[in-house]
Amino acid sequence: MGTLISIELALAFLGLGFVVGIPLAVGEVYGNKFVKNLAVLPIVEFFRSIPALVLLFLFYFGAGSLNLNFSPFIAALLAMGFRSAAYQSQIFRGAIKSIDVGQMQAARSIGMSKFKAIRYIVLPQALRISIPSWSNEYSSVLKDTSLVYALGVTELMRQGRYIVARTFGNAILVYVICALIYFVIVHFGVKLLDFLEEKYKIPGYEIKKVTTRA
Amino acid sequence: MTQTILKVENLHKSYGKTEVIKGVSFEIKKSETKVIIGPSGTGKSTLLRCINQLDRIDKGQVWLEDVEITKSHIDINQIRASIGFVFQSFNLFTHLTALDNVRIGLMRVKGMKEEEATKIALEELKRVGLGDKIHNYQAQLSGGQQQRVSIARALAMSPKLILFDEPTSALDPELIGEVLEVMVNLAKEGTTMIVVTHEMGFARSVANDIIFMDDGIILEEGPPGEIFKNPKHKRTAKFFSKITQLEGEKAK
Repeated sequence: MGTLISIELALAFLGLGFVVGIPLAVGEVYGNKFVKNLAVLPIVEFFRSIPALVLLFLFYFGAGSLNLNFSPFIAALLAMGFRSAAYQSQIFRGAIKSIDVGQMQAARSIGMSKFKAIRYIVLPQALRISIPSWSNEYSSVLKDTSLVYALGVTELMRQGRYIVARTFGNAILVYVICALIYFVIVHFGVKLLDFLEEKYKIPGYEIKKVTTRA
Repeated sequence: MTQTILKVENLHKSYGKTEVIKGVSFEIKKSETKVIIGPSGTGKSTLLRCINQLDRIDKGQVWLEDVEITKSHIDINQIRASIGFVFQSFNLFTHLTALDNVRIGLMRVKGMKEEEATKIALEELKRVGLGDKIHNYQAQLSGGQQQRVSIARALAMSPKLILFDEPTSALDPELIGEVLEVMVNLAKEGTTMIVVTHEMGFARSVANDIIFMDDGIILEEGPPGEIFKNPKHKRTAKFFSKITQLEGEKAK
């Protein structure tokens, strides 16, 4: 049960992070200075500079004191989802900037609007390049779901603690099992991402194994 | 009377404080091939990029047929769709096959159905001699093949004219021929083209008109016979003698 909730949390955080992270990255690269300085950078800086646990408390207890009563799940989603968005935006931004400007020019030259050029030419290339770093973000976010424990959500860690309390069981054993479960989920997720990286590689642009002798 | 396709009037362009184009005017009629030559850094490429406004112009007007495309309310995307552009560095979309490179504009800009777009794309790829390479990605094509795909990409949009920005300058010598051959055929078939190039052989044999640019202005303009034999300006003559020297050395 707890495992499923942890996976659901991670998917929700990563999903929100992706949906918000892409526009943040596009805004940072292509936006005018108002978009960049008044919208993108404040969000990115705020969520990257504050520890995850503090963010969780701010969105749960802090919002509560403003009469915004978020459920623990919503508070966690906003805190951790936007936090992931901030990190993902930087992954995508780096990837977008690594793409030759000629790609954008060629797209504009056949009559694509800036939006279409980003949608059909720049992002498909940038997302492929992002997969290796994104796999890092995935493993961080999945493990950080354990922090949501602090808001009383019964995810994997809290479930573990309940089991320890209920059965007067061996705490070490239970936590080792929790660790193993995290390990297995992260491991298979990373394998899946490796598979996607391989499947969508652009011929001639794959990251090659170094074959020269040092 | 043949119809004027493009007219440029008193075009100015600066980068920062440096004025790169200092008032250029010319026009091109349907089915004409105009070749722009001149020393490096004289604004030839910038001029092409200003025509379809990949670079914003500072002053002057450009008309495509009877529409002034430099007006601010003009939908520039729609205009660009009818002006082909071939880049020195090819700029094929790296994540797409040759076929997808050619049909993406038809599908995403013109809103054509996949089947129809594919048909046109295949025709254009055959026209540039690449009917057997349609599933290759950019990295699986030679430079000359890449440039031919990029010409097919421009052709597929059935543009009113095509701008070529030094299309052979990034190619190995033995690959230049295949690209020039495609361009010669296009000229014969009546495609309206403006070509910036250093290929004097192409200029001499294909151009209806040659524009010699120096330091941001058009120094002289005329048919190749005239301009190569009796250049009016010293600067033009000097440029040709340098080029001839270079070609002479190559021949040795």
